[in-house]
Amino acid sequence: MDALVALWDGAFGSSYAFWSATLVRATPLVLVGLAVALAFRAGVLNIGAEGQLIAGAIAATALAQWLGAMPRIVTVTAMALGGMMAGAAWAGIAATLRRRYGVLEVISSLMLNFIALALLSWVVRGPLQEPTGIYPQSSTIAASARWPFLLQGQRLHLGFALGLLLATVSRFWLARTASGFRVRVVGAGARAAASAGGVDVARTTFAVFLVSGACAGLAGASEVGGVTWALYEGISPGYGYTAIAVALLARLDPRWVVVSAVFFGALEAGAAAMQRDAGVPAVIAQVFVALTILGVLAGAHVRDRVRARRIVARPEAA
Amino acid sequence: MSGSDALVLRDVRRSFGRTVALDGASCTVRRGTIHALLGENGAGKTTLMRIAFGLLAPDAGELWVNGVRTTLRSSRDGIALGMGMVHQHFMLVPAMTVAENVALGGRGRFDRDATTKRIAAIAKDSGLVLEPESRVADLPVGAQQRLEIIKALAHDARLLILDEPTAVLSPSEGADLLRWSRRFAAGGGTIVLITHKLRDALEFADDITVLRRGRTVLAGSRGGVTETQVIAALVGEAGPALHASRPSPMIPTDAEPVLHLDGVDYVDARGVTRLRDVTLDVRAGEVVGVIGVEGAGQHELLRILAGRLEPTRGRATRPARVGFIPEDRLHDALIPELTLTENLALARAGAAHGRLPWEAMRHATTGILRDLDVRADGPESPARALSGGNQQKFVVGRERHLAGSALVAENPTRGLDLRASARVLDEIARAGGSPPPAVVMYSSDLDEVLAVATRVVACFNGSVREVTPASDPEDLTPYARALLGAP
Repeated sequence: MDALVALWDGAFGSSYAFWSATLVRATPLVLVGLAVALAFRAGVLNIGAEGQLIAGAIAATALAQWLGAMPRIVTVTAMALGGMMAGAAWAGIAATLRRRYGVLEVISSLMLNFIALALLSWVVRGPLQEPTGIYPQSSTIAASARWPFLLQGQRLHLGFALGLLLATVSRFWLARTASGFRVRVVGAGARAAASAGGVDVARTTFAVFLVSGACAGLAGASEVGGVTWALYEGISPGYGYTAIAVALLARLDPRWVVVSAVFFGALEAGAAAMQRDAGVPAVIAQVFVALTILGVLAGAHVRDRVRARRIVARPEAA
Repeated sequence: MSGSDALVLRDVRRSFGRTVALDGASCTVRRGTIHALLGENGAGKTTLMRIAFGLLAPDAGELWVNGVRTTLRSSRDGIALGMGMVHQHFMLVPAMTVAENVALGGRGRFDRDATTKRIAAIAKDSGLVLEPESRVADLPVGAQQRLEIIKALAHDARLLILDEPTAVLSPSEGADLLRWSRRFAAGGGTIVLITHKLRDALEFADDITVLRRGRTVLAGSRGGVTETQVIAALVGEAGPALHASRPSPMIPTDAEPVLHLDGVDYVDARGVTRLRDVTLDVRAGEVVGVIGVEGAGQHELLRILAGRLEPTRGRATRPARVGFIPEDRLHDALIPELTLTENLALARAGAAHGRLPWEAMRHATTGILRDLDVRADGPESPARALSGGNQQKFVVGRERHLAGSALVAENPTRGLDLRASARVLDEIARAGGSPPPAVVMYSSDLDEVLAVATRVVACFNGSVREVTPASDPEDLTPYARALLGAP
């Protein structure tokens, strides 16, 4: 019971806990969760968000170092765009392999995660290492490259606002626009999309893959610019993998991705507090996570079953 | 029940959910013969033989094997009674060797030497030779099929059921297989040849059974039936009522064609020529009926007319958008999980830009539901909630709504009951508007084609030619001859 109280307090117990712990941890999960949700909606199983995030973080750090003396608006914009482009480019490798050679993206994007990790570990010992050459990390980025905070005295930063914006845009894109609709029909029935709709399936999945990579790359830039202010090997504690759970829990709906990411952020923040205050290992929080996901998926399954039965039960007319 | 009959099925009935696959299907297979089981796609040939082999249980009907009435609980029982079935899609493990695949159905330990010996013995008896240690994935299709037969023979099969065996083979491999079947039958074995290839049946089989819509419509020995009888049984005999409704051709022949093919060839991805020098004009107001046995080129012809395929050679002139009703509506025309409005939008998804006008499309969907009497809860109900007939009516309405000048339909009544079929055909033929659209419809059922078409073209072996009706409209000989490619 103490553990649960500590978990709750750590996540929602104070304004600091909510704004500076929960939402800050939720920020990368919103962005990467959207990356995964968009890809999955088109039937692209992008397991490589982790690698795309790392690519984005590396690019953003390099740009921050290079543009350090420029005005903040220039540096921050460059970091965001650079991170997105790097993420898209990293995803582009797997996307090209799929389009040209039919390589399964589940495998290629996952493998690219390990390559990205190795690249990161080289970069922080080589080109981007801090000047003394002692620690495997970059030097801290200049004050003008740090992303603005959203609230006085809280650590919540621009990245979260971008996440909300992107979720809104994604939702609108999928629901209202022709290109977003193509993404949905390709995911829901690629054969019918090609045959009845004349949709270029290969082109659509390729484009979505890049967009997905860009979202993940933005998460990397946002972590460097808003939270860590430096690049090091543990920059992502597996956000790219957690995001798959975030997206699935949200049933791939951009609006729910935000809710689901905040839920996961709260659990992580709470778990840290629980370990500190109640001496319960943070791993227990992962048990909660797993139970929640199983519960939600089972619930959805039951709902589908009930709905299917209702359809069958309806009397048939010509 | 004569003891010389290897297999007898009598009045077999079997349904899957609401679909009745077999009703009144019977078949008598004499020992030592090749028996052709003929029928169009979906006529129930494979279902009937799966029942004979024990893979499916019949809802009603009798099964006799070697003169004894039996009930099979699984294919294991079928194998124990000396039956073997070679499926159209092979049941092999590609990563394993020939010997391992042969041993797969057995019990106990895998004894490589014993299996190799068995394969050698079968090779000596049957003339089917395969290297036991080669990997199945490396074998050509013909050899894989040989392996399927060897597998059956390894279980001492004396009655072999071959499901569309020549479909995957080159002509010379196919001829080899049929010659082998002849020898097997001469040695006292029995072969059931499931096929839609009329030629194979007429040249190689001793007896012929024809299924149509799940019912046996013709059975006899090769000498006892004529080609025309077989074709009439395959595609159905048109009743006078249907002919009465046939519209009279009153289309000015000098009008500009809406659909125009000029010297079109089509070669598929595997390098097989599917269409050869096809020239065809379809004018506004015409309903051109297409007939052809499976694989005669109609599949490709329709897709080229509908703009879904480009000719390899020659010229195809079509409107920017041609309405297309494909045979497999649940995979090619609709996305069952999406709503009807979204399925309307689907048809324009490839070409649309910017925001989608959902409100207007909802209106259009409501209009289609009303005009074609589609029974649905409304434009927002998912497509999967509709019955097959209502789904198809919706597809017809959608394609007519989006493409006013030309409509191409492929077996549009597949899987529908009689009433729904009649409604769908009616909507296709009615296709009003001014100018009225140019319509092309293929059906594997000659009755349907004759009921709606203003003229008929036949596909045979990749070429397309006009069928001139006999002076007596009840006389179907010209169609039968065209289906066979006779001049």
